[in-house]
Amino acid sequence: MSKQKYPTEPLQCWAKAKELREKYYLDYRDAHLKGGLRWAGGAWTFDAVPRGLGDDVYPLTSEPYGATIAHNKELALECMEATEKAGYARDLCSYMRIYWGSILLDKYPFGGGYPKPDFIWQDHICCSHAKWYQVVKDLEPAIPMYEIDVAVGPYHEINEAKIQYVADQILDGIEWMEKVTGRKYDDEKLIAAVKDECRSTSTWAEICSLNKAVPAPLDEKSMYSLYVFGTLHKAARWVADFYEEVRDEVKDRVARGIAAVGNEQCRLISDTQPPWAFLKVFRYLERYGAVSVGSLYTFGLEGIWEEKPDGSWGPRTTPMEKGIEIKTREQAVRINVEWNLSKPEWQHFYHPKFKTGMMKRIFDEWKLNGVLLHYNRGCEGLSVGIAENRLGLIEAGCPVMTFEGNMGDEREFDEVATFARIDAFMESLGFKKQY
Amino acid sequence: MQKFQEWFENRHEYAKEWKQRTGGKVIGYFCTYVPEEILYAAGVLPVRILGSHEPQDVTEPHIFGMFCPFCRDCLAQGLKGRFDYLDGITIAQSCLHIRQAYTSWDLHRPREFSYYLPMPHHVQSKRAYPFLRSELAAFKEAVEKWTGKTISDADLDRGIEIMNTSRRLMREVYELRKRENPPLTGLEAMYLVLSGQMVDKREHNAYLEQKLKELSERQPDRQTGERLMILGSEDDDTAFMAMAESLGTTFVVDDHCTGSRYFWNRVEPQEDRLMAIAARYIDRPACPTKDWPERSRLPHILKLAKEWNVQGAIVMQQKFCDPHELDIPAIRKYLEENGVPTLFLEFDVTVPIGQFRIRVEAFLEMLRQEDLF
Repeated sequence: MSKQKYPTEPLQCWAKAKELREKYYLDYRDAHLKGGLRWAGGAWTFDAVPRGLGDDVYPLTSEPYGATIAHNKELALECMEATEKAGYARDLCSYMRIYWGSILLDKYPFGGGYPKPDFIWQDHICCSHAKWYQVVKDLEPAIPMYEIDVAVGPYHEINEAKIQYVADQILDGIEWMEKVTGRKYDDEKLIAAVKDECRSTSTWAEICSLNKAVPAPLDEKSMYSLYVFGTLHKAARWVADFYEEVRDEVKDRVARGIAAVGNEQCRLISDTQPPWAFLKVFRYLERYGAVSVGSLYTFGLEGIWEEKPDGSWGPRTTPMEKGIEIKTREQAVRINVEWNLSKPEWQHFYHPKFKTGMMKRIFDEWKLNGVLLHYNRGCEGLSVGIAENRLGLIEAGCPVMTFEGNMGDEREFDEVATFARIDAFMESLGFKKQY
Repeated sequence: MQKFQEWFENRHEYAKEWKQRTGGKVIGYFCTYVPEEILYAAGVLPVRILGSHEPQDVTEPHIFGMFCPFCRDCLAQGLKGRFDYLDGITIAQSCLHIRQAYTSWDLHRPREFSYYLPMPHHVQSKRAYPFLRSELAAFKEAVEKWTGKTISDADLDRGIEIMNTSRRLMREVYELRKRENPPLTGLEAMYLVLSGQMVDKREHNAYLEQKLKELSERQPDRQTGERLMILGSEDDDTAFMAMAESLGTTFVVDDHCTGSRYFWNRVEPQEDRLMAIAARYIDRPACPTKDWPERSRLPHILKLAKEWNVQGAIVMQQKFCDPHELDIPAIRKYLEENGVPTLFLEFDVTVPIGQFRIRVEAFLEMLRQEDLF
C-alpha cells in the first residue's frame, strides 16, 4: 500500500470548475436562442477583442474542444476517420482533425449538431493555426474569418515595430468585426476584457508558482481541469474571478500542508499536451510516490510570467498593479499584444534553447527529480524542438524520460510501452513502486 | 545545360573554390524567403542548404521523427560536416519543420553568424509591409556588423539588380517551356533553378544569358508527350523527375520553392530599397505557411496550368509536411474541377522509384485514355 506522508483532501473548487466548463459549452451552443453571437478561434487567440461586441458574445476555442472530444475515444476516432475520409492526412494535428470531424459529422459533444460560429477570430504561430480555420471555411464557406499573425520573434527581442504589426492587425480586425456582425464596438468593454485577461493569466501563473511548495498542493492531472479555463476564455471576467478563488484555495492548501499526492516523494514535470485518453499515466506515477507538478505547457500556455527581483519565476505584474490606466482602444490593444507576446509557450517556436532554459528553471525552482517529455505526434507546434530540449536538459543535469504518443489520437499511444519506460525511469531515479 | 547539373552536383566544391577565389564569406540559407538581395549587397554568397537524398542516422537525436524528411536531410548535411565551409547560416521564418534544421545546426554546428529573420506570415495583410521592412533593416544591420562593411543604397541596388536579372532570365527560360515542344525537360529546368540557388548569381546569370539564345533555337531530341505540372513541397528529387520523364512525358511548369516560386516576381524599384525588397517577398507566390486567409495559391497554380497548357498535375509533398498537407485537398479539388487531373505522391529522402513509376504510368495511361474520347 502507499506510504502516506502528507494529508490530502479534494479540491473545493472542483464542482464549480465542472459547472463552469459545462456552462461555457452550453452558452456557446445556445447563444443564438438569446440573441447572442458565437465566434470560434484558437485557445491562444486575442479573445479579449470580441468582448467589445457585447456581453452576449460567446467563443468556442478549438484546442480544448478537440481535447474534450479526445477524452471520448470512440467519438474522437469517429471524428478523425471522417476527416481522413475527406482527404486530410492522418499525421496532421489531432485536435484539428477532431474539430473538422465534428463539423463533417455535424456532432457537438454537448448535444445537437456542430454549432456554426458567426465569425472566426484566429491567430497564427504554428504551421496549422490559421490553416485550421481555412479548412473550416472550405467546409463552411459562409463563415467570415479574420486571422492575425503573431510570429514576430522571441519576446526578449520585442520592439515597437513588432508590437505595432500585431496591434494594427487587431485594430483592422475590430473594424472588420463591426462590419460582419453589424454591431457597434464598445471600447470600454475591450478595456475591461484586457484587464481581465491580465488578471486571469497572471493569477494562473501565481497558482502554478504555489506548486513550488513541498508537498505540491496540485498535481498536473488536476491542473488540466483548471488551466483549461485560460484556454477557453482567458479574457472573461468569470475566469479571472474563478482563478482568484482557486488561488486562495491553493494558498490555503500550502499553508496547511495539503498534498495533491499523499505519498509524494518524487517530483516531476511533463511536457506538451498529454495523451488525453490515457491520463492514467499520472495515476501510474503515483504508485511510485511521483507527482507531476505541472509543465511548461500547463504553466506557460495561459500563464504570464516574469522574473522577480530575487531571480525566481513568478506571476507577471499586471498593468493595473503598475498603476497604468488604460484609456483608449489603441492603448488597450497594444497592452494586450505586448502581454501576449511574453507568453512562455510562444518562445520555443523560435529556438529550443528558450524552452530548455525555462524548463531548467522549473526543474530547479519547483525542486524536481526528473522530466517526462511527451513526444507528441498530435501537435507539431509544441513538439517542435523537443528532441533538442531532451539533449539540453540532459546536458544541464536533469534526468529525462521520453515517451511517444498523441494528445488526441489514441492509435498512436502505446500504454504498455509507456508504463515500461516509466518503470525503468523511476528505477533509474532510485524510486520503488509502493503499491 | 550540363553546366547547371554540374554546378548542382558539385555545389560544395564550387562554394569552397568561390571562397578561395574571392576571399568572401559564404552563408547557408534554409528558406527562399531569405532576402538574398541584402546578402549580395554585402558581398556575401548565399547558398541554399538542401539535402543529399541519402539515408542517414545522425538526426534522430535532434529532430523528432514526425517532422519532414527534408528538414532532417538538411540537418544531416550540417552534422556530417558537408557545409563546414559556411561562415554563417540564416533562415527566414517559414515552416516549423525546416526551422528545426536551422536551430539544431545553430546549436551543434555554430558558425560565426547566425540569424533568424521573422518573415511575417500574414502576407495578405497590408501591415506586413512595414513590419518586414523593419525586420530587413535589422537584418541588414546584423549583416553589416558581421561583415564589417556598411551596405549603401548603391550596394542594395546592385544586390537587387543581380537578383532581378536572375529572375528575369529564369522567367524567360520558363516562357520557352510554353512551346508545343519545349526545348528543355523538367529535369533540366530543375537543375537550372537549383544551381541558381547555389552558385554566384553573377556567374549563373552570365552563363544563362549566353545559353538562352541557344535554348531558344534548340530542337528537342525527344517527344514531349503529356505536358505535366509538378507542385508541392520542396522538391529537388532529380531521380524522380528523370524517371517520370523517361516515361514519355515532360514537366513543363512547377510550383515549388525549388522552382518557379523562387524567382517568379521581381523587386519593383522604390526610393526606399528595403521597402521594395520587402514588397517583393510579401507579394511573391506564397508558401502554404503564408497562404491564408485566402487561398491565393489556387488561382496562381491554375493560371500556370492553363498558360503552360498542362494536361495533368503531380501533386507531391514531403512526408509529414503539414503546410502542404493543409493545402493539398483544396488544390486537388480545385484543379480537378477545372479539368486538370492530379496524381498525389508522398516523397521521402529517397523515393521508391519502382512503385512511383507504376503510379506515374497509370496516371499517364489515364490521361491518354482521355485523349481517345
